[in-house]
This record gives sequence, C-alpha cells and structure tokens, in this order.
Amino acid sequence: MIPIYPDPKARPRTRRPRAMVSGVASDSHTWNLVFLQLVCEEAGLDVVNLGPCVPDDLLVGECVDQRPDLLVISSVNGHGYRDGLRVVPRLRARPELAGTRIVIGGRLGVTGRREDGPAARLVAAGCDRVFDGGPGDLEEFRALAAEVASRTADGAASRAPVRLR
Amino acid sequence: MAAGFGGFVAATAAAGDLVVQPRMGFGDVAAMRSGLLATKRARAATAGTITVDSYTRVGDLESAAAALAAGAALNGYPLVSHGAETNRRMLRGVRDATFPVQVRHGSADPGKIFEALLDAGLDATEGGPVSYCLPYSRMPLSQAVEHWARGCELLAARGREAGREPHLETFGGCVLGQLCPPSQLVALSVLEAVFFRARGLRDISLSYAQQTDPGQDAEAVLALRALAGEFLGGVRWHVVVYAYMGVYPETPRGAASLLTAAAELAVRTGAERLIVKTEAESRRIPTISENVAALELAGTAARAARPVPPPPGGADSQVYAEARRLIEATLELHRDVGRALLRAFKLGYLDIPYCVHPDNRGAARSYIDGDGTLRWADVGALPLDGLVPRRRSRPVGSAELLDALHYVRRRHDGEG
Repeated sequence: MIPIYPDPKARPRTRRPRAMVSGVASDSHTWNLVFLQLVCEEAGLDVVNLGPCVPDDLLVGECVDQRPDLLVISSVNGHGYRDGLRVVPRLRARPELAGTRIVIGGRLGVTGRREDGPAARLVAAGCDRVFDGGPGDLEEFRALAAEVASRTADGAASRAPVRLR
Repeated sequence: MAAGFGGFVAATAAAGDLVVQPRMGFGDVAAMRSGLLATKRARAATAGTITVDSYTRVGDLESAAAALAAGAALNGYPLVSHGAETNRRMLRGVRDATFPVQVRHGSADPGKIFEALLDAGLDATEGGPVSYCLPYSRMPLSQAVEHWARGCELLAARGREAGREPHLETFGGCVLGQLCPPSQLVALSVLEAVFFRARGLRDISLSYAQQTDPGQDAEAVLALRALAGEFLGGVRWHVVVYAYMGVYPETPRGAASLLTAAAELAVRTGAERLIVKTEAESRRIPTISENVAALELAGTAARAARPVPPPPGGADSQVYAEARRLIEATLELHRDVGRALLRAFKLGYLDIPYCVHPDNRGAARSYIDGDGTLRWADVGALPLDGLVPRRRSRPVGSAELLDALHYVRRRHDGEG
C-alpha cells in the first residue's frame, strides 16, 4: 500500500484546539508546518494549522478566538527573530492568552547560527522556548508537546482521535 | 531592439554553454553590488540575480524600511525601499550586454516590484499568478491572477518603451519545492507561460525544479520542451532547471553531487539555464564566495557533460501524457487563461499536494515510489483517468513524512 501523508487542512471542529501551528507573515514555507502539525498530533494534541504567511493580526485574532494551550510558531526564512520579536509581545499583551505556552523555532536568523541576543529577547518578550538550532530541539519539542497534552488531558481520554483522512 | 535577458541566454546556448545563475540577495547595497560583480567574474557563463527580501515580497514595505533603518540583516535586497537612484547606482558597471540581471521576488502582487525594477533599468524577472500565490501567499487566487495580469502588461509595455524585449520566467515548475509530481510542475509552467503570452510577453522562460529521480526529471524537462513548442507559438522561450529546492544535503560532497546532477540534467535535456544551490543551503543564506563556488562547479559539470546527442522528442512519456492532459483540460475551461486557471483550481483539475491555501482543493496526494520516482498517491479530481491507476493507500505519521522530505538529502549524503 502506498503512503498518504495527512491533510494539513484538516481542522478539528469538535473540541477546543490544543495546539496551533503557524508560520509568520513574511515566510512562505509550508513543509515545516505540516511536519510540526504531525508531531503535535502524535503527542496527543488536537491541532489547527494556520499555514504560511500569517499576518500578525490574524495570528493574534485566531489565538484569542481559539485559546490554544500551545502555540507553535515556525520560521525558516531568516527573519524569524525579527518577526517573532514583533508578534510575541502582541500575543502576550492579550490576557486571554496568559495560559498559552508560546514557542518559536526553525532557522530564525540569516547567519545559520543561534543568536543569543535575539533569542534572549524572545524569551523576555514571553516565549516559553526558543528552538533555534540545537541538535536536541526536536526531541525537546516532542517532550514539551507531550507535557502540554498530559497537562491538559481533562477529558482527553474520552476524545475521539483526529481523523486525518 | 536590444537582445535582453532571453537574447543573452539564446546566444550562450548557441555557443554550446549553459547559463548558470545564483539565487543571491543581500539587504545591504554594497554587498548586493559585490555579489553581482563576483557572479559576473565567476568562471562560468553567468547571469546575475537580485533576490528581493521577504518583507518586500509580501508588500510589508514598513518592515523592510524598519530593518534597513536599524541596520538589521535582511534575507534579500529591498528593491522598492532602496529607491531607483540607489538601485541604478548599485547596478552601474555591473549589468551590461555580457551580464544580464534578473529580479527574483516571490510576490503574489508584483506591481511595485515590477515598477521598481523597470525604474532601475532592469527588464527580467520571474514568478506567476499561481506559483506565487498558492504556496506563497494568503491572497485569493482570483486577486493574484488580476495582479499578475496587470504586472505582465506593465512589464511588457514599459520594457519595450525602453527599447528592450522584457523577459519573464514561470515559477510554476517549482511549486512547493518538493513532492509535487513532475507532470503537474510541467503543466503549471506551461500554463503560466501561456498566461504571460496572453498578457503581452514575447520572451519567456519555463522553469522545472529537479525532483527525486534523474530519469523522471529528464522525461519532465523533455516534456516541458515539447509542450512549450506546441503551446507557445510566437514566443522566444527557453527552459531553466532549478537545482533541488527541497531539503538539501548537509555534506559538501552531497551538495556537490546533487548540483552536478542538476547541471547534467540541464545539459542532457537541452535546457539553456540553471539556477544553482550552494553547500551552505541546508543551514543558512549562502555567502558570496559559496555562491561563486556553486556557479563554477555547475559550469564545470555542464561542460564535462558535453557533448550530448540531441535529446529525443519528449512527447512519448508518462510525464508528457499527464501534463498534456492537465494543460488541455484547463485551457478548455475558458478562453481567457486566467479565468481558466481559476476554474481549474476550483474543480480540482489542478491541485497542488499538501498546499494549504484555501483556493487549492487539497485532495491530490503524492509519494516517493520504491524506485525513487514521484507519483500520485491520490489524484483527487485531477483529470487523469486512464493515465494513473487508482491505488489503495494508508495514512502515515511525522517520521515517514520526514523520511520522504529527506529522501534526496539522504541519497546524496551517502546514507542510502
């Protein structure tokens, strides 16, 4: 049988989404978002994938509407530090999102190296984690997603698994 | 009328050489000029590239200007924000008859970028109403088609006023970078070229991005050439091959092996131009010297691959049959090719696998077959009945997706 990778447009409607995956305004890359959606789902989270090129207003609006437990911002075009530093304070300014874990990751600068200054500013701006290039990033992210899933597992056992196709 | 970008490529091809071109773009004016000069001096038949930064690409000129003012690094050259005078000064003594320069941008609404490049004295660029909308933007496809119609008309009219034949390249042969079956890449490239011609362009290149299997890629480029011959009467056209655009090898040897394969693909199929990638590609935006090294490697590989026998006709392959069906089914939907494209996406006659844009149906699915070729796992509503067998399929998880995304890297990095 041939493999079918899941539908990134699938959006759970039955319950509150537990994770939201989003690109940033200037970044058109999609594969990173599809992959992160799968990782979150495998950790036991319902996922809404906002896709690439998400303007700040849309991201803030969707988060306030849907109140995810975990917001995963991914960027690989080299503008991630800048874009993150612009939108994360706007997200953190919303009291509705006080309980939302916000993480950002990918290739965030143009140099390919972790940039400690911008990474520290992202944390100061309210990012819970910045995944910007350590070899253990993916495993740490999986662990974090699993922790969010178990922390918010009120009724999770009774939830139907998300059908992907 | 001056030869322009297409004339330069045609003359280079006639002389038996492959034009090689980087994807270079720097925010800083001096760095951009140095990069172009280094490209010009590289030991290969080169054309120059100005890649626009992604704030400018999405029309966020405020952020581009703010980054410039703060002295922050951008991932490309903010062509609009720098202004015509600065752009002309940057290009002085760089662009000439031996060294054309193309602007690369990724914009679904390219009007301001086109104006800026024309104001800078340039006349060659790339993109397309589909390929710079569906995977690249949240704009409705109908708006992108409208913007691109106006953009093409502007480029054609103002380019010719200046006494040149303006050039436009389709990006349709590259959509989503990886895992789109070659027949749809070929079809989109031809359809965007037909759209450009309908909006006044007479000098066009058609792109195709290297995928997972060299034999299937050769079939695809030959099919693209055959279909361009059939559908683009009255146009001077050439084919541009893109070195792999997906997850790139991490080792220098793997990167060189993949780029060499791209150069050989171009030469063996009669393609006239190649967009290179560098060994830094898997990690970050490459430096000038890494770009020059990639250009020279590609140029050397292209020369070593010659002489080649004249390529076969290309009209008798699976890729050709599928691509032709997709093109014809689309063009039959409306006599205006822009409207035809809109209807085709609405009906799912064109459908880009894994693209999350609301105007993409998202029913078609692809996979990498055991022999390394890219195939349809599910054709959705694509009109490919009788050409593609229906198969039983199963859903997979993140590990298998990652595995497919890394297939080419693995093969060229020597990990099986």
